[in-house]
Amino acid sequence: MTTKRSESPEPAVPRVSTLSRKDLLDIESITEDDIRLVLDTAESMREINQRAIKKVPTLRGKLVANLFFENSTRTRFSFEIAERRLSADSIAFSASGTSVAKGETLLDTGKNLMAMAPDAIVIRHQRSGAPHLLARHLPCAVVNAGDGTHAHPTQALLDAFTIRRAKGTLAGLKVAICGDVSHSRVARSNVSLLTKMGAGVTLSGPATLLPVEIERTGARVVTRVEEAVEGADVVMMLRVQKERGGGLGFPSDKEYFDLFGLTPARRRLAKKDAIVMHPGPMNRGVEIDSSVADGPDSVILEQVENGVAVRMAVLYLLIGTSGDD
Amino acid sequence: MGEAAGTYRKLRLLDAAGLGRAIARMANEFVEAEGGTDGFVLIGIRTRGVPLARRLAAEIERTEHVRVSVGLLDITLYRDDLSTIAASPVLKKTEIPFPVEGRTVILCDDVLFTGRTVRAAMDAILDFGRPRKILLAVLVDRGRRELPIEAQFVGKRIATSATEIVSVTFRETDGVDDVWLLDRQVLPKTPRRAARRAVRAKRPKRRSKK
Repeated sequence: MTTKRSESPEPAVPRVSTLSRKDLLDIESITEDDIRLVLDTAESMREINQRAIKKVPTLRGKLVANLFFENSTRTRFSFEIAERRLSADSIAFSASGTSVAKGETLLDTGKNLMAMAPDAIVIRHQRSGAPHLLARHLPCAVVNAGDGTHAHPTQALLDAFTIRRAKGTLAGLKVAICGDVSHSRVARSNVSLLTKMGAGVTLSGPATLLPVEIERTGARVVTRVEEAVEGADVVMMLRVQKERGGGLGFPSDKEYFDLFGLTPARRRLAKKDAIVMHPGPMNRGVEIDSSVADGPDSVILEQVENGVAVRMAVLYLLIGTSGDD
Repeated sequence: MGEAAGTYRKLRLLDAAGLGRAIARMANEFVEAEGGTDGFVLIGIRTRGVPLARRLAAEIERTEHVRVSVGLLDITLYRDDLSTIAASPVLKKTEIPFPVEGRTVILCDDVLFTGRTVRAAMDAILDFGRPRKILLAVLVDRGRRELPIEAQFVGKRIATSATEIVSVTFRETDGVDDVWLLDRQVLPKTPRRAARRAVRAKRPKRRSKK
């Protein structure tokens, strides 16, 4: 059955490894080893994306359902590309034009979908906890592609992957995450992952956009963006999420930019070799100046590129093998 | 590295000197068969195809004074049994930093057995381009193929039984150059009478009351 049955046994090196959970719902529920495994696997996946033929047969015959109840360009494309590069079949589902528009509950949608036997469901939902609900009730793997203001684990993993590639490690780094922290699932998942891996995270933003008790996540919290950026190895800017009411926390875009935006002057407070990140989509001239976003320290497009490799790694580790012992 | 759990060393197939001679002969065979080293690349299948490919390249460099490119290939994502195994095999990096288009690819692996690894490796290489031809070099061909695959260059050929294991170790990966045939340990059968006696001996002795 196994291809390399005959090969000389490798003693100390573990030959197989797998995630400790059936689903990827948030960073809190996975271990440091899981994180390391995803990042290491993504290194191998990244190479596939540079080949002439960017496809491997690994997930042939597996079905992945992409349930996007909320708008998404990057994440949805990234997952779809990851699925195709691994040869999985994927079906797309969006809230408009389906049974959801007719009033079906999430759980009913999930159960009906389950009757069509997907191996994994990738879900983005405007309600925090929606992926957890599906994961509890469905036997297939559930991957959270962003739920409300709660978590966006694959974004945090791809950010960590990008940082690790640029800096060689995560432990000991100073990371500044600035902007609309209140509405940012990206910030929450990043704080969780980076602190777990030994990096120091400083959150900053207008007081109106910093949730109460956010210090409990283990991050340092400051209101002046300069204080956060000073001496940082990584500066991650967050989008002001106007669709979630992020625009109500300050008087005008201009004022936000003047006080909290990442200008070239503020960028210079960080370390000389610091990298600038943004999960996208960017509001240029609100949270970030164009010259910084397009500058030499910006890894914003690398984040997008790495997203495919990280999502390939997650799908491979969750559904690449039978999973039963 | 010693023998795997539950196995014992049955027969040494090659010692360090023998392994060196086999590699030197294989390297000469390629060059002779292909009439030179033009358009040659070596690709080692991870894990122990890699030291084999590197040694073959070093040998060609020594005799022909030509540097042959060496690539590394991880075939995990091409395995045909992924959906039947419980946990994901650890992925290692594939590094083929040269075009394979139009080249003569010599695929290297330590042991040729079912042929499934080689099938996966060929699929992987074809995703990098269309080589002029693919040849196969293995240190040990142990027979028992499950696919119609043959090696052109073989260090040692041996017919094996299903329970046997061929263990190849290289200095680079395991600290020592050695090739052994291992077999599963079979517990010696106890004769029935001896077994009965053993059971009786274990029983607590009846004590006579005084």
